[in-house]
Amino acid sequence: MASILIENITKTYEKGTVLALDNISFEVKAGELFGLIGPDGAGKTTLFRILTTLLNADSGKASVAGFDVQKDLWDIRKIVGYMPGKFSLYQDLSIEENLNFFATVFNTTVEENFHLIEEIYVQIEPFKKRLAGKLSGGMKQKLALCCALIHEPKVLFLDEPTTGVDPVSRTEFWDMLDRLKARGITILVSTPYMDEASRCDRIALIQKGKILEIDTLEKIIENNKRPLYSVKADERYKLMLELRDYADTETCFAFGSENHVVLKSNDKGFDAMKDFLSSKNYSDLEIKKIEPNIEDTFIKLMLESEK
Amino acid sequence: MKIFFAFVRKEFWHVIRDKRSLIILIGLPIVMMLLFGFALTSEVKNSNVAILDFAKDEATQKLITRIDESEYFTVKKTLSSENEIKGEFQKGEVRLVIIFPPNFQNDLRHENKSQMRLVADASDPNTANITINYASAIIRDFQSDLSNNKKLPYTIDLETRMLYNPQLKSSFNFVPGVMTLIMMLLGAMMTSVSIVKEKEMGTMEILLVSPMKPIMVLISKAVPYMVLCFIDIILILLMAVYILDMPIQGSIVLLLAESLLFIITTLSLGLLISVNVDSQQVAMFISLVGLLMPALIFSGFMFPIENMPLPLQVMSNIVPTKWYYNIVKIVMVKGLGFSYIIKQTLILLGMTVFFLTIALKKFKIKLE
Amino acid sequence: MVNSVIHTKNLTRKFGDFVAVDAITFDVKPGEIFGFLGANGAGKTTAMKILCGLLSPTSGKATVAGFDVYKQNEEIKKHIGYMSQKFSLYEDLTVRENIRFFGGIYGIPRKELKGKIDALINRLGLNDEADKLVGSLPLGWKQKIAFSVAILHEPKIVFLDEPTGGVDPITRRQFWDMIFEAASRGITIFVTTHYMDEAEYCGRVSIMVDGAIAALDTPDALKKQFGVENMDGVFLQLARGAKRSE
Repeated sequence: MASILIENITKTYEKGTVLALDNISFEVKAGELFGLIGPDGAGKTTLFRILTTLLNADSGKASVAGFDVQKDLWDIRKIVGYMPGKFSLYQDLSIEENLNFFATVFNTTVEENFHLIEEIYVQIEPFKKRLAGKLSGGMKQKLALCCALIHEPKVLFLDEPTTGVDPVSRTEFWDMLDRLKARGITILVSTPYMDEASRCDRIALIQKGKILEIDTLEKIIENNKRPLYSVKADERYKLMLELRDYADTETCFAFGSENHVVLKSNDKGFDAMKDFLSSKNYSDLEIKKIEPNIEDTFIKLMLESEK
Repeated sequence: MKIFFAFVRKEFWHVIRDKRSLIILIGLPIVMMLLFGFALTSEVKNSNVAILDFAKDEATQKLITRIDESEYFTVKKTLSSENEIKGEFQKGEVRLVIIFPPNFQNDLRHENKSQMRLVADASDPNTANITINYASAIIRDFQSDLSNNKKLPYTIDLETRMLYNPQLKSSFNFVPGVMTLIMMLLGAMMTSVSIVKEKEMGTMEILLVSPMKPIMVLISKAVPYMVLCFIDIILILLMAVYILDMPIQGSIVLLLAESLLFIITTLSLGLLISVNVDSQQVAMFISLVGLLMPALIFSGFMFPIENMPLPLQVMSNIVPTKWYYNIVKIVMVKGLGFSYIIKQTLILLGMTVFFLTIALKKFKIKLE
Repeated sequence: MVNSVIHTKNLTRKFGDFVAVDAITFDVKPGEIFGFLGANGAGKTTAMKILCGLLSPTSGKATVAGFDVYKQNEEIKKHIGYMSQKFSLYEDLTVRENIRFFGGIYGIPRKELKGKIDALINRLGLNDEADKLVGSLPLGWKQKIAFSVAILHEPKIVFLDEPTGGVDPITRRQFWDMIFEAASRGITIFVTTHYMDEAEYCGRVSIMVDGAIAALDTPDALKKQFGVENMDGVFLQLARGAKRSE
């Protein structure tokens, strides 16, 4: 059963001049951890706001847990948990006060649903008297998640919960989402970090209001595969410029210490490229064929969509 | 109901933890009362006067003594000719010259009528006005004392007549003025700013995506400020009575009830601003320029409305503060009852209903 | 070390009892791309503020572009560039006005500035957008312009505080192309980031944990030292041991 159903949603701003979402359709199954992956300005927040009944779409239909986002607004507001992209709790209230307040707003008490947040809450409990404004990024994010969970929502919307958070806190955060998923909560989460795609059941890649692809991470990569080479040498900037000038190069992007290269001739040109680079006398030159990762795939899809 | 109390409690936390708003809420009324009461007083005390007495009789002596003994004047000099007046003013030693004509007492006794001239240094027109008024009041006092023993009253030709405020205490003007200003500032500005703050911080987004009805959000934001405004009103009245010696002539209950109505008026204005605005700065700006300035100009507190050109007089009618200021003066200073303020009350009530209706109509349950 | 663009020795900053930066010692060489990593609250921001001349240290030594952080704050500010994700450009000014404004702040002579602005707009390929408001441009472009503005006065060193947060993978790499290009011209780059693959673009990387520098070396050496395949692994091993979270 679909927990979130989105059909042909289009949304514009500024009287139709700015297209935020362009005819988007997909569904999230009940109990699924679904990732919406794309850069800032892709339309992720707009989609979240439409699904949480904060905005009206220009056209198209959407439902959450069977309730229509237009007609059943109050039903949806009772059963969803929402964590907006910007930290949106009261900075001048303590952890404890924030949590109690939001519990009351949702007609419940912290005690009643403590089992849901316990695992997360114990991590910030030592600081429960501290004002939310004085917490670190990781702690704020945990508190915000507690507040979004306190009324035992059926569907959880998390808009860029890990943006600006360091890798350790990010990993911990995703571990928490895994445990929530195990409790049967449907989770729609957005992120600009491509590496987080591997933590989702399925993902949608979104760019400039359009869905580039929807599937499991593995399938998306598999479906968009092209021969890819990693090229590495000590003088990386010179190497990069030279690779880009090379006639057969289609794309060359920096990836960590390497450059990822796609050739116009695909496999056929590999030996020629190898010979070309060898003639340039780089020290420590390393060339190998590699499997693309999600970021390679996203770049490929982005370039295709812009053609 | 539980939600409502949680909200009110939260709102008090906000206020208590924000030192600046706390200072504005409690400190501002106190500071304004003290400033207007003592520092910025338009009362003139111990002004130096000079006497030019062409009569030099018993009556003039008595009157001069009385003027000298009053707390407003000190007789500094006695002049002998009108030519000296200019010089005295130029030296700046005296503010007022009191001139008695020859035969002052005679005229009074035989014709029951006499004249006096008051010449003030009008380089400071306000002070000049006030000193003249004070002097006139003393002279009228003197005249009525004299008349008490006689069948035919004595009259001394003086034009100014002061009703209700015989001592010309300026607190009678500014206490109602401070009350209206504080209400505007707290009721309208602080309320609108605090609601808009929720929008700015993004917390409004979470509140909207909750089963809580939007009207609850608005009401629960307004109630704490209503309480605070009411506390401030009581604070101002206590200061007026016990520090500035300004008695409340009319019914206190009526005064508080009318104040409560005006508080609701300002709150509805605050709500109206907050539903239309998305940043605290804009809310503040609109409150200051759109509400506080008209309140200052058109309430009659700083500038008498009667003296304004007709279009401005008409305009003053749409400023709610004018009506509340009017009410406070009538109840507090003149001591009159409800029957005298029915019109004003109805106008305020109408305005409140109007603002509130628009505010609630325009409140969005979505983001755009 | 006369040759260093940044030189610190036992640099410490306390806030009351809290030691935000705990005796850090490191050198950054001219033309180097230096990655300054650490978990949230590890003390990165404080250290960066000190190096930019915005905050005085409690003890220890530090020079930036040869100037002392205790006494020569104004000199430091003239010789560095700074760009952060939070504040970069005025959204209500056009591209051209922004460049002119920031150029003026850094004391570029008027005559020279005109040419520089045109050259920059050309290089960025923004001829059509030069007179549009910055607010109307995509985030990626803003960041590219912001970076160009930060190095317009040819500073010895430029500080980049999480410059690529939230940008799409292609723009992010185009941004790094600009960083590589600036570094190849001899401008020293001091950059913080939460993207661990970006850490590998750096010549050397330092990782702060609990106010101290827990590791400092080339990405390759760090990976070998910790026996992991990528910088993510290095970071996780170090930061997991952190005691404080803010």
